[in-house]
Amino acid sequence: MLTVAFWFFATLMIAFGASVVLLRNPVSCAMCLVMSFIALAALFVTLDATFIGIIQILVYAGAVMVLFLFIIMLLDLRTEKSRRLNIGATLGGVLVIGAFLSILSQVVASYPVFTKPLPALAGPPIGDVKLVGMTLFHSFGLPFEVVGVLLLVATVGVIVLSRKSLR
Amino acid sequence: MPTLANYLIASGLLFAIGLGGVMLRRSIIVIFMSLELMLSAANLSLVAFSRYGLVNGHQNYDAQILVFFIITVAAAEVAVGLAIIVSLYRARQTTHVEDLDTLKF
Repeated sequence: MLTVAFWFFATLMIAFGASVVLLRNPVSCAMCLVMSFIALAALFVTLDATFIGIIQILVYAGAVMVLFLFIIMLLDLRTEKSRRLNIGATLGGVLVIGAFLSILSQVVASYPVFTKPLPALAGPPIGDVKLVGMTLFHSFGLPFEVVGVLLLVATVGVIVLSRKSLR
Repeated sequence: MPTLANYLIASGLLFAIGLGGVMLRRSIIVIFMSLELMLSAANLSLVAFSRYGLVNGHQNYDAQILVFFIITVAAAEVAVGLAIIVSLYRARQTTHVEDLDTLKF
């Protein structure tokens, strides 16, 4: 069951992620990105991280994607005209990506710790959200406050950036 | 049962797709979307490590808190980045990276 879910959602995530890069119309890119993020949230749920999965859907598939679509509509972006492919950038990109994937597969294949089966969770299920909240507010109080300040700074920055005239 | 290696390869593939998008696409909005893909790939590998490296029979929640912070920072980053794109479009009427070469040496 878990195996089927993993392969199904991983394939979905990779396929829609690839279509983000391959499609030319920005609106279809954004839609594929939504599907890719929803499949990713399902993968989080297969890893028993339900809270992170829910946050992923709320923040990415909800808020961030609405923002992307809003900007695409606001700027009235049309399908990208195909231009001459930059040979140097393409070769460099393929080279870097190939090197990254080969090194990753070598590292993953060479350590037995990566291929051991899924360990079972101990004890009665307490609830993922409760444990995340306990960890967050017991051990990460200061980072939590700092992230709040960061969000405030981002809000002020966005308002300043989107004024008509920048001084 | 999927192993940790499966999740890491899936996350690596998603990261590679995002990296390819950043390098090959010329529309600044799509480059930004590819950046989001790369951030999410990092999140996937963090959550996979948290599930496979149990602490006292529970998942390692430190990793999930890190993912929580990454998602928060990514949301702030998207807001600021899109505001920059809008003001760039107002100044230049384009979102194509090859037309934006004022800072190029």
